[in-house]
Amino acid sequence: MITVEQRTEFRKHFRYNVGRRLVLDKVVKCLVFICVLVAIVPLIAILVNVFSNGAAALSWNFLTQVPGAVGSDDPGGIGPAIQGTLILIGLSSLIGVPIGVMGGIFLSEYGNNRYGRTVRFFNDVLAEFPTIVIGVFTFVLIVLTFGDFSIWAGSFALSIIMLPIIMRTTEESLKLVPVTYREAGYALGIRRWKVVFTIVLSGARGGLVTGILLSVARIAGETAPLVFTILGSSQFVQDLGGPADALPLRIWRLSSLPYDSAVTQGWGAAFILIIIVLSINIGVRYLFLRKKGQTLLKFKKLGSVS
Amino acid sequence: MMETMTKVPLKDNNSTEDVKYKLIAENISASYDGIVAVKNVSMKFRDRAVTALIGPSGCGKTTFLRCLNRMHELTKNATLTGKVLLDGEDLYSNKVDPIINRRKIGMVFQKPNPFPTMSIYDNVACGLKLNGVKDKKIIDEVVEGCLKMASLWNEVKGDLKKPGMSLSGGQQQRLCIARALAIQPEVLLMDEPASALDPIATQKIEEMIQELKKEYTIIIVTHNMQQATRVSDYTGFMYLGDLVEFGETKQIFENPRNEITAKYVQGQFG
Repeated sequence: MITVEQRTEFRKHFRYNVGRRLVLDKVVKCLVFICVLVAIVPLIAILVNVFSNGAAALSWNFLTQVPGAVGSDDPGGIGPAIQGTLILIGLSSLIGVPIGVMGGIFLSEYGNNRYGRTVRFFNDVLAEFPTIVIGVFTFVLIVLTFGDFSIWAGSFALSIIMLPIIMRTTEESLKLVPVTYREAGYALGIRRWKVVFTIVLSGARGGLVTGILLSVARIAGETAPLVFTILGSSQFVQDLGGPADALPLRIWRLSSLPYDSAVTQGWGAAFILIIIVLSINIGVRYLFLRKKGQTLLKFKKLGSVS
Repeated sequence: MMETMTKVPLKDNNSTEDVKYKLIAENISASYDGIVAVKNVSMKFRDRAVTALIGPSGCGKTTFLRCLNRMHELTKNATLTGKVLLDGEDLYSNKVDPIINRRKIGMVFQKPNPFPTMSIYDNVACGLKLNGVKDKKIIDEVVEGCLKMASLWNEVKGDLKKPGMSLSGGQQQRLCIARALAIQPEVLLMDEPASALDPIATQKIEEMIQELKKEYTIIIVTHNMQQATRVSDYTGFMYLGDLVEFGETKQIFENPRNEITAKYVQGQFG
């Protein structure tokens, strides 16, 4: 038991240094704020830098034309690279997202055993793998087997990079869904897989979408594995079995050329890559995470004001 | 002390041969994580009556309730022995699919847990939809009927599309009851359904139980002894995993045969 004297002591203690505590509170707040600034400044600096250096290159032709001959007066555009990147993102998501989400469901719902722990361990190892190694692996496995560089090979490599990210984030976000919702589902006589796919998955969709977008952003900027798989090209892709171009590859090539116009184009391509990743991010969030009617309503309100 | 307790005969005072028992639990023992929570409990639940399970925290009421619709086996490291007969058929027999039986035995949980991403309508409808009912007209009718039975219809009929989470705590709990009723169960298990609610919401739920009793076999776990006297016809008192005494509510509260029951219902411990 606390004695009366002790209690009085405690109470006194709680009233000490109120001023100092308030100051400390403010100091911590400032520190947190400064840290946020430090994190945001590079982001904005990159955006501004990329845009100001690349703006001169931006034009309709830049977006739609094939690259011109190196050093010629007409620098051409980055059309094939944009096309290639969009196809790569689409195809690798098509391969990576379903497998990754299913794997995450397995780890979260059925992975509480030795087998699950093993899978989890190797998944984490895979997440830390240097991507160039994945590129070489795909080169040996697919490019050499089929005898040509291809978008398929590139998508395969990129989906391997996506997998561990999606699996882990899916697992973590499914685990956050309270057991009470699952129990409510079971109590309604709903089968386990249906409870997982309807109730649990929709409860976890925020984390799920974030994980998928993270992985998309990650692969959109990958360069090394592409060198070994799609090689690079200055023509639009006609079939998925041949070499192709992608924005990171094009940026790398352009920036290493000794012509100012090429370097400016490189900046422009980087800007386009950022815009693509950003718009996928915002678009997907809008589609999957808005509350019904809410976002639309906001737009309506804005519209009625103007 | 335990010895004398278990020796007290567990007799249903009013038992006559023609009484219909909907649900019969025989020698249920259950444990989880090595803790024995329910010890050899046998109980018979009458059709169209409310049976309350009372007892201090940790006495095994909830675990026992969860044995009745095979929810207990979903708990980690759970073990169970005994039989539960629904209309004479053993739920734990190998021939029986636990999922089909959970559709016959609805459950309402202690904390309101409407599905967070679903609207009020979908919360009630999902038991039907996910169990394969496709006819929109039937679903509409069931949703309305169940919300009426849960006396929530008048409060939500205008905003069925709103998220279930937008309701107040008491309304959410009634929504959960409507959701449980939608799959047309025969038995309704309620695990302290009003413990997280204020007195007015509690009263609404209790009134509703009186209505539902006309059609369902209801088993309710409660901490609140007044609630047990208000809503139930029969009461079982559990203590340390044993069923100490089971009989008509009136008798349990006014004329308990067991010393511990007497102490508990008089509020001397709990």
